[in-house]
Formats: sequence, C-alpha cells, structure tokens
Amino acid sequence: MTTLLNALLVIVLVLNFLALGSGRIASVIRTVAIQGALLGLLPLLLHAHLQPPVVLAVLLTVAIKGLLIPFMMFRAMRHIRIRREVEPLIGLQPSVILGALGTGIALLFADGLPLAGTHARLLIVPAALATMLTGFLLLITRYKALTQVMGYLVLENGIYCFGVLLVDALPLVVEMGVLLDLFAGIFVICIIVNRISQAFASLDTRRLAALKE
Amino acid sequence: MAYLFLCLPLLMAALAAAVPSNRWRPWLLPAAGAGHFTLTCLTLARPAWWTTAAWLALDPPGRLVLLVVSTLYLACAVYAVAYLRKRAERPNRVFCVCLLAFPGLAGLAAWSQHLGLLWVAIEGTTLVTAPLIYFNHTQRSIEATWKYLLVGSVGIALALLGTFFLAYAAVHAGLPVSLAQADLAALAPRLSRPWLLSAFVLLLVGYGTKMGLAPMHSWKPDAYGEAPGVVGAILAGGVTSCAFLALLRVYRVCLAAGEGAYVSRLLLAMGLFSMAVAAIFMIGQRDFKRMLAYSSVEHMGILALGLGIGAPALAGTLLHVMTNGLTKGVLFLAAGNIHRAFGSKSTEQVAGALRRVPLSAGLFLLGFFAITGSPPFGPFASILSILNGAIGAGRLAVAGGFLLLLLLVFVGMGATVLKVVQGRDPGPAPAPPYREPLLSVAPVALLMLCVLLLGLAMPPPVAALIRDAAEFLEVRT
Repeated sequence: MTTLLNALLVIVLVLNFLALGSGRIASVIRTVAIQGALLGLLPLLLHAHLQPPVVLAVLLTVAIKGLLIPFMMFRAMRHIRIRREVEPLIGLQPSVILGALGTGIALLFADGLPLAGTHARLLIVPAALATMLTGFLLLITRYKALTQVMGYLVLENGIYCFGVLLVDALPLVVEMGVLLDLFAGIFVICIIVNRISQAFASLDTRRLAALKE
Repeated sequence: MAYLFLCLPLLMAALAAAVPSNRWRPWLLPAAGAGHFTLTCLTLARPAWWTTAAWLALDPPGRLVLLVVSTLYLACAVYAVAYLRKRAERPNRVFCVCLLAFPGLAGLAAWSQHLGLLWVAIEGTTLVTAPLIYFNHTQRSIEATWKYLLVGSVGIALALLGTFFLAYAAVHAGLPVSLAQADLAALAPRLSRPWLLSAFVLLLVGYGTKMGLAPMHSWKPDAYGEAPGVVGAILAGGVTSCAFLALLRVYRVCLAAGEGAYVSRLLLAMGLFSMAVAAIFMIGQRDFKRMLAYSSVEHMGILALGLGIGAPALAGTLLHVMTNGLTKGVLFLAAGNIHRAFGSKSTEQVAGALRRVPLSAGLFLLGFFAITGSPPFGPFASILSILNGAIGAGRLAVAGGFLLLLLLVFVGMGATVLKVVQGRDPGPAPAPPYREPLLSVAPVALLMLCVLLLGLAMPPPVAALIRDAAEFLEVRT
C-alpha cells in the first residue's frame, strides 16, 4: 500500500511542474483537476478499514475537484475568450526551476519534521508542502485572474494533501464544510472573474492597479 | 438556541431573495437586526441557553463578540435603509441577501466550540461580505473585491492548515484527536510542541489576515475605501471582531500548553508593527475612508498587543474589542454620509462638512476623538487599561512605543479629519443636495451614545461579561 501511495504522490509532484510549465490555461485547468482527483483518492489507499463516511467524502472530493471545478473554470474561460498566460512575471522555464527548488526544500524540510509512526515513511508531508509552494508561486507570478484562481486551487490541493493524514481524526462534517467552502469560494471568484472581463475587456490583474498609496 | 441564531438570518436572507420590490426589500434589514439584537439580549441574560450542543456553546469571549456584532449590526441595518433609498437606482437584492446572512455566520463563529466549525464560519463571513464590497460595480470596486477575495482566501487557507497542524499535534503525541476547544485546552500540555507552535504561527497569519494585521493588511484600505460606509462598518467592527475571537481561542490553547512567552513575543511584535504601519500611512492620507481603514489596522494592532501583554491587559483588550467595534461603526457610517453629501472621499474636494452636514460631521469628529483615545469615551478606558497592563507587566519599552504610536496616529488622523470637517464649503453640492435623513443619523448617534456610556459609566452586565471573558482566558498552568 505504501509504495502505491508514494507513487501516486510522485505523480502529484510531477503535476505541479506541469502546472508551472504550461502557458495554455486549459492545460493548467486540466492538470490541476487531475491532481485534485488523485489527491481525493488518497484516503482510500491510506486506510485499511473503509467506513461509509470516508467513501462518501472521497466521492464528493473527486467529483468536486475533478469535475465540477474544472467544468466551471472552462466555462469561465470560454466566456472571456482567454487562452494563454502571456508574459508571466517569471517565465515558464524559470518558474519550473523555482518549483523544483521548492520541492527539494520541501523534501529536506519534511525530513526534519517530527512525524507520527507510520506517517514517516510516506511522502504526504513533503508532497503537501511542495504543492503549497507551487500554489503560492502561481499566485504570485501569474497575472491572469484565471491562473491566479488555479494557483489558489493548487494551494488548497496541498492543504488537502496534508489533511489526508487526519481523515480518521476529523469528523466528516468538517470535511464537508471544507469542500463546501472551496466550492463556494471558487463560485464567487468565478462570478467576479466574469465581471472583471466585462469591465476591463481583458482578464489581466495588472490593470487592477488604480488603488494604491 | 444556536440554531435559531444561524437560521433566523438565513431565513431572512431567503425571504429577501424572494421579495421582488427593490423599494421594500431593505426594510427586512432592520427587522432582522432588531430580531437578532433581541435574541442576543435574551440569550445573554439566561445562562441556561448558553449550551446547545457539544460543539455549539457560548463561551465568555463568544458572548462578548456576539453582543458587539449584534449591536453594531442593528445600527447598520437601520442605516442601510436610508442608504439604499438614496441608491434606489441600483438593484439591491444581492446586497440585502448577503447583509442579512452575515449575522448568521458571525453568530456561528461566536457559538462554535470546534475550531473546524469556527473556520467554516469565518470563511463564510468572507464570502458573504465580498459581494457587499462590490455593490457599486465600478472598476475600483472590482479591484477592491478581487484583492479582498484573493488575499482573504489565502489567509483563510493558511488558517485551515494551522487548524490541521493543531490536530496533528495531538496525532503526533498519540492523544485522542479533537478540535473541540474544551478537549484541546485539557490536552494542551501534552500536545506535540513543534506542531503546536507552527500551528499558532499559521493561525496567527491566517486569522491575522482577516483581522488586517500588518503586513497582511494590503487588502484593507482598498476594500474599506471602495465599499459603502455601512459595509465598512460591518467589516471593521464585525468581521474583524470574529477573526479576533478565533485568535483568542487559539491563544487560550497555547496558554494552556504553557507556551505563553512564545505566543506573546509574536503578538507583541505583530501588534507594534501594525500600529507603526498604520501610523506611517495615516500621515498625509487624503482619502478619509482609506484613513479609517488604516485606523482599523492600528486598532487590530492594539488588540494583538494587548493579548501579547497577557493577563494584566486582558480585560482592557476585551473591552477594546467592544469600544473599537462600536466606534468604527460611528466613524464609517458618518463618513458614508459625508461621502454622499460631497460626492467625493478625498480631502481635496471635501471641506467644511460641519456646515453642509452638521450632524454627520459632528459625529465624525466625536468618533475621531473617541477612537484616538480621548477621554471621556470608551476607547480611552480600554486603551488606558491596556497601557496600565503593559506597565504592570513591567514591559516599559512596549508601553513607551505604544504611547508614541498613539500620539503619531492622533496627529496624522487629526490632520485629515480636521480638513474634512472644518474650513470653507468648496462650493456646489451634487444635485440633488443631500439632506441628512433621520434614519442615517439616528443610528450613528445611538452608537456614539453607547461609546460614551462605555467610557463614563460601564453598565454592570457589560462589566461582568468582560470580567468573565478575561477570567476565561487566564488559564493557569
């Protein structure tokens, strides 16, 4: 089980690089959706005794992260007719290199963290940290509102990845709340994204610079 | 009881979504505000009602925040009727629905004894307030809303990670995992230290972003500057108080774990830094609503500082939650009236407000004196109490810095406020001229009266509430 789980987490790490390295927004959305769905499956592999609530949470997570959110993002993308992230603050290759550096640091850092018994052999904590760093990188270096939302989703994926360690401990209600919030947040952001496009004719957050000291 | 606090506002919100008339819909706001306030007063008077379920109970700080939010909300709800009547050209369905749902989520934050549920409630307040900031549908308000959502969501994501770390602190120590406050406080001394301490840092950054502590305050001047005054009041007095409540609960767990020294160092640094940033940006600030936003950053700094000083300043800090929340209501609502009367919020176009809108400008001036800690208003009492606490705890350097920054803020804020209220009226008023309707002045005046009352003669029930909350937070290890 551990080998399979770690293999899955390695795929998650590779998807981070794909998200960082692609300029087409559609492929970023697809990458992040696959990553979310894979992470959604983690609890099935981690827990020998599957209770109905856990299975339900897994199904919901995969449906929301893998289907609903990408569907909404694609709709928003079609609506505003934007395909590519042009001229990010840091180019695509440098951001992949930064992502690799971040992943290395995450692996080293996670090595030093005190982990409970069986968790030490898993890649969950380094994968979570690396994914969060990737999310921050996307949030900071991209200008298109849509890619920034994707960055936020990657950040949430990283946090969810850490949360998998706690599936036993945290009652289902809280997980549902977490998913609901994620969904609602994206929903609101999508609406705002639409408004931005109507008002600016371009979805470039650099144009959002009227408010400053 | 807790379900009632959650359901009443949500029901009213659903009702508002169904009402077709743009003209009559806003009247649901004062009805909901009055209902919520009555419910709050009844509940606070009956200890038997304070526990609904294991996860839903009112602890003393929760009662305090509930009272502040409910009072402020009532005033804002009445004011909103007058505001929306002036803005009859804009559809207000979304605005009313979101504003009606807000007290439900704020109430949930006050009631929740589970840190996960608390997190859900705080995220909910972010979501319902975002469309409120966007009410004007201008480019600037989109920009403000975008920044608010993005920065706020990242902050709230970090708070979630911090909550997970806290749970993992129990997993690592091999303890039963629970995020219920009572369990955490009981198990705190045995929690895994590295995870607990990193959890506190993440939660401080996460909820600190929602409060608007520097350097995570970047969304605040934009959001408060572009949002209608009534929304500014809700954000500065309500949302920030809820986020501070979350921080209080986490603080209590760390204190129970015996990590008071570490926590208080972080809080003191963050508090003084926030005050310093606010003071710097307030000097020469031409936009009076942005100035109020920096004042909010400053006061969040004071709250963090008071918490950092610890036991001797706790009562003052808790009183400050109340006095700051209500005074911010006065300032933002009065500023909204002045903005409306001049059609501008820059001191380049606004002067002589005392002549054009004497009541609002007078209240704005009084609010300024109150918030900067002038006697005899409420904030004077709370700031003095925090200062006394700092001196009593032997933190003379902190007390000195605190005083110096208060003075700087007074000078910086005073210059802008005096430019707004004094001087000669710059000329033609926007047509039709704005006359101060009773509904937009009376709630502000009543809030001001509350602030004055808190400074002159503290009502005994409020004093008892603050005493209870301070005792609740002083965990002996």
